[in-house]
Amino acid sequence: MSTITAGPAPAASPPRAIDPAAAVARTRPRTGIAETAGQTLIMAWRALKKMRRNPEQFFDVTIQPLLFTAMFAYIFGGAISGNVQRYLPLLIPGIVAQTVLTTCMVTGVQLREDMDKGVFDRFKSLPMARIAPLAGPMTADVVRYLIAASLTFVMGVIIGYRPGGGALGVIGAIVLSIFTGWSIAWIFTWFGTIAKNARSVQGLSMMILFPLTFLSNAFVPSTTLPSGLQDFVKVNPVSHLVSATRDLANNGSLSGEVGWTVLSCLVVIAVFAPLSVRSYRRHL
Amino acid sequence: MTATAAIDATGLVKNFGQLRAVDGIDLEVRQGEIFGVLGPNGAGKTTAIRMLATLLPIDSGQARVFGVDVVREPHRVRQLVGVTGQYASVDEELTATENLWMFGRLQGLRSADARAAAGRLLEQFDLTAAASKPISQFSGGMRRRLDLAASLITRPPLIFLDEPTTGLDPRTRGQMWDTIRGLVTEGCTVLLTTQYLDEADQLAGRIAVIDHGRKVAEGTPDELKSSAGRSTLQLQLAPGADAELARQVVWRVAGAEPVLTPESGRMNVPLDIADRAADVLIGFRQAGISIASVSVSKPTLDEVFLAITGHDTGPDDDQDVTDPEESGPSGQTALEEVK
Repeated sequence: MSTITAGPAPAASPPRAIDPAAAVARTRPRTGIAETAGQTLIMAWRALKKMRRNPEQFFDVTIQPLLFTAMFAYIFGGAISGNVQRYLPLLIPGIVAQTVLTTCMVTGVQLREDMDKGVFDRFKSLPMARIAPLAGPMTADVVRYLIAASLTFVMGVIIGYRPGGGALGVIGAIVLSIFTGWSIAWIFTWFGTIAKNARSVQGLSMMILFPLTFLSNAFVPSTTLPSGLQDFVKVNPVSHLVSATRDLANNGSLSGEVGWTVLSCLVVIAVFAPLSVRSYRRHL
Repeated sequence: MTATAAIDATGLVKNFGQLRAVDGIDLEVRQGEIFGVLGPNGAGKTTAIRMLATLLPIDSGQARVFGVDVVREPHRVRQLVGVTGQYASVDEELTATENLWMFGRLQGLRSADARAAAGRLLEQFDLTAAASKPISQFSGGMRRRLDLAASLITRPPLIFLDEPTTGLDPRTRGQMWDTIRGLVTEGCTVLLTTQYLDEADQLAGRIAVIDHGRKVAEGTPDELKSSAGRSTLQLQLAPGADAELARQVVWRVAGAEPVLTPESGRMNVPLDIADRAADVLIGFRQAGISIASVSVSKPTLDEVFLAITGHDTGPDDDQDVTDPEESGPSGQTALEEVK
């Protein structure tokens, strides 16, 4: 370098004049895949910043797994499996599924709240991929699924759960539940983009989540249920997630249930991601 | 060869249910000018701007920004415009720097470039001291400045400013005006909406007056003022001057009846042509009437607005409720300041 700048660099180089014709020539007709991914990550960065500044947002993913695991284990353990120890392999994967699903719901509610803020007006005015403001916060929520799923397993181990699938099985179960959470979140994101306000997203989501989680094999063996209900429980996707999680955590086996779960997740994404983007676009 | 118009819109229409918020507006904004869209609350200004900025679908009509079609290529248009709305559209939970960095990154700047641009803009907008404060601690004026800064990160050639000074105190307002003038010297084109007549007068090279979703007048501030008619000669008579004699002189020379305020020796003379003012002054000299001060003023835009629309610039109640975009707490303030 022939020149050495001493002291602080000049704060602002004299702005060159804006040339509209050049600006028009620089415009691109659409966002590319790499750009879209980059913008999604920036939106995820924003969501993570906000999480760090509002730690109370983590209450649901910390308190709920701890509380529900202990509560369900000691209340239903004796009645359903004879004792708490024997109930845990059945229960823990059930709680994992339930927690991850309620966490998804929060994703939709928060998105709706977020969309009502002024900053979304700017996101809409920017030349950015329409999916990024939706996919960004969802991607950041992976942190929440991770916390929820891991804490449930930790709590289970504390009260005596010994997963037969070993560490690998448990990690597999956690990864699967995070992926499921991320996929199912698209449904609630879609609710978020069509609902009038955050409250109605919450109401709608609860109405769907409650029957889905409780009318499944999450907390009881499905054989104990009346036959009509059994049929529903068998087709309920939550049952597949629960069975898959059990297979992984308790036996360390990549069973057909795992395959079914992944497949249904992919279907959910394929259907609800485009729906969400479409209705977000229309929201403009 | 003439440069492409910054905005070329014809027959813009937007319906909200039964209400026709924008009812066939044509706009042509030339490169490098400040174009003012003036109208009362609920006139359709914000709606029109949001259509041009791709934030609202256009129901009917055509719009091009630097020749790029707004309906067919919204993504390209978004790369050419910056939008600053009535309500600050920045992230309340992030700091000023984080906001600007994020918007820069989202528009394809590299991390270091986004950071540099953020620093430069914060300095330009006198926000460096508040750079790492969350926006929730910002005053209204600081928010507006940050909001405008956020629109400028990629230096877009066209800036939409929707009521940039509504709700600001007079000093901050003056700073905002300077900033807006500064944009144009850098080569930007600015389309601004306002319900402040003096703001349009101060800033805009050309003005379109919008009322009930229609354009009712367009021209330079001077053209609009002269379209409303007459100039006024304001005279302050020297102490002891004969007001009655002065009145007679005015009547004889200008053929008009002056409006007298005898105790202060002030008189206002309505004139059809500003040139008549000289005749009045010569008449005074010949009659030996001495004067303390004299000025000729054109009608204010307030008078123009009244003359064009038949009502004053206050919020128009029955329109106001139907367009959520433009109904805000700001209407009253604006009215008071105009008065």
